Amino acid sequence: MIYFIIRRLILTVFLLLLVSAITFAIFFLVPRLAGQTAYQLAAQYVGKTPTPSEILAVEHKLGLNDPLYLQYGRFVKGIIFGVHYNNGPDVSYCPFPCFGYSFRNQQPVWPQLISDAPVTLSLAIGGAILWLIGGVSIGVLSALRRGSFFDRLSMGIALAGVSLPVFFTGLISLELFSYKWAIFPNVHYVGITSNPVQWARNLVLPWVTLAFLYAALYARLTRAGMLETMGEDYIRTARAKGLPERKVIIKHGLRAALTPIVTIFGLDLGLLLGGAILTETTFSFPGLGQFTILAIQNQDLPEIMGVVMIAAFFIVVANMIVDILYAVVDPRVRF
Amino acid sequence: MAPLLEVDDLRIHFRTDDGLVRAVDGISFDLERGRTLGIVGESGSGKSVTSLGIMGLHQGTKAEITGHIRLDGEDLVTATPTRVRELRGSKMAMIFQDPLSSLHPYYTVGNQIIEAYRVHNQVSKQVARKHAIDLLGRVGIPTPQSRVDDYPHQFSGGMRQRAMIAMALSCDPELLIADEPTTALDVTVQAQILDLISDLQSEFGSAVIMITHDLGVVAELSDDILVMYAGRMAEYGSAEDIFGRPDHPYTWGLLSSMPRMDREKTTRLVPIPGTPPSLIRVPPGCPFHPRCRYTELVGGRRCETEVPPLREAVTPGHAAACHLTTEQRTRQWADLAAGQVPDDAKPPAADEATGEPEAREPA
Repeated sequence: MIYFIIRRLILTVFLLLLVSAITFAIFFLVPRLAGQTAYQLAAQYVGKTPTPSEILAVEHKLGLNDPLYLQYGRFVKGIIFGVHYNNGPDVSYCPFPCFGYSFRNQQPVWPQLISDAPVTLSLAIGGAILWLIGGVSIGVLSALRRGSFFDRLSMGIALAGVSLPVFFTGLISLELFSYKWAIFPNVHYVGITSNPVQWARNLVLPWVTLAFLYAALYARLTRAGMLETMGEDYIRTARAKGLPERKVIIKHGLRAALTPIVTIFGLDLGLLLGGAILTETTFSFPGLGQFTILAIQNQDLPEIMGVVMIAAFFIVVANMIVDILYAVVDPRVRF
Repeated sequence: MAPLLEVDDLRIHFRTDDGLVRAVDGISFDLERGRTLGIVGESGSGKSVTSLGIMGLHQGTKAEITGHIRLDGEDLVTATPTRVRELRGSKMAMIFQDPLSSLHPYYTVGNQIIEAYRVHNQVSKQVARKHAIDLLGRVGIPTPQSRVDDYPHQFSGGMRQRAMIAMALSCDPELLIADEPTTALDVTVQAQILDLISDLQSEFGSAVIMITHDLGVVAELSDDILVMYAGRMAEYGSAEDIFGRPDHPYTWGLLSSMPRMDREKTTRLVPIPGTPPSLIRVPPGCPFHPRCRYTELVGGRRCETEVPPLREAVTPGHAAACHLTTEQRTRQWADLAAGQVPDDAKPPAADEATGEPEAREPA
């Protein structure tokens, strides 16, 4: 088990390096191959009306003229340890983890990213808990009452949930619960540290909107998984032992049906942590998703790179956790 | 004393979109403590449905069960689901065909036995664990104190079935149903498992129902044998009667299609022609008549129109459902037992026309 985890950890580090190389190549190698000079790149860092000397200073300071492998080395070193930019007179230190400087305001990217992360974190984790509990329990009930009114109703709603985009359900929920009935008036993000009650209150609608989409998917998956496992021989064995039906369903049926759910849950959560773009935009929450949109609109390469790396990090780590969880859940994977 | 298990005119029907499936259609038998009943038949003859019916495992499905199943005088057909659940695992237990898929892959073997024991006994986990180790040792698992923490996939096929048996015996059941317990196992392991079951039976004094399509298995273990065909009883009697003087053409077919050590190797095995009938459209009259070689002896169209009742023949307690007269049956079985192959089961003429018989003629 320990070796399994160590193996997975090494693989994860390797994967992250690979992601960084690809990201770096897309943002620095490809433009250069397309004919972009270091001077042009440096020009992006210095505002709207730069003087050539300013541009040259930036080019020199950030080492944009160095061979690409040196620049990549500096990029990785910056992420892991932080990096000193001390070519020329203007010395600055970009502390770990350094994702470079934003074009827009010449500030390091990381602190901006990190200040937006709690919004996405609150949104994604809260929503995930909601959809996991909701989706799985609806799925189990549907499977046990297959063909009943409840089954048909919930599967119909689930179909709607899968099909309706967040910017539709989100806006409807805002219209009804925020404007018309004012149960959650004036939805805006409040930090959990400044006011936990307001934090939760303002997140209810986004959570439900997000959870609705995913819960629908999870309900369908759980239902299919339960229908399959409840037909397995070991369920018959569990009943033959004389176990109460509730125990047969939860301990023997659900346990086995949950394995694929765990996998997809990890990936979904990892993906969302990199930015719940639609939900954040619908509710105007300043999270990583919003940050991404702005970065793309401004063509701010370092910011985009930062977001891409963060998103990739969440997905790779989620994948690793899923693999380890898998081994915890299913003993056959361990050996 | 009343027998431990009395099954009386048991019928288990399933209503499906294609029609009514008469999976079990009028089965009756008694089983005393310490005795073994073998239920034999082809796939789809209703063996497993019968055993699941006794265990009450059709509850919650669309099965319609009529008749009586009395365990120690208590009718299981009319008992509440809760009551049947209490009896399940404690007073009656079951072993299944495929031990790998019958054990939960995510729990250790020990945990699964502990769970079975603790459903019916209010004991601590430690006590139950000791009990599980003890049981695993008794069913012949080496170093049970360490194997108890293994998962089913770490066990071999034979050991898994041993573990299943240990689980079934955890609450000292009075009735043990073994549904094809050796079908999924290697031949060498099969014999070990059968020995184990009969050893444990004499140790625990349980009654055993052994369900199989393998006549060798029932011959070895059973006191009584029930031959099932298309959900009905074809023949019922003691093992000596069934093997010594079988009374039903279907039983003859089963026996003639089985290889035997005491026969010449050149003796051909005689297969039963055709396939078992669909349980939705059971043939009218005797369900076996489309595959039976002896309908002409009965004469007329009786086999196709009239359901043969289960009649006792010569020995008391030995009954068969066939229209043939006792004399006809005695004569036909005598021929078969002497190794005479029925006309239509002889090898095709092409085999004989090789000219070899002439060459073998003495000069």
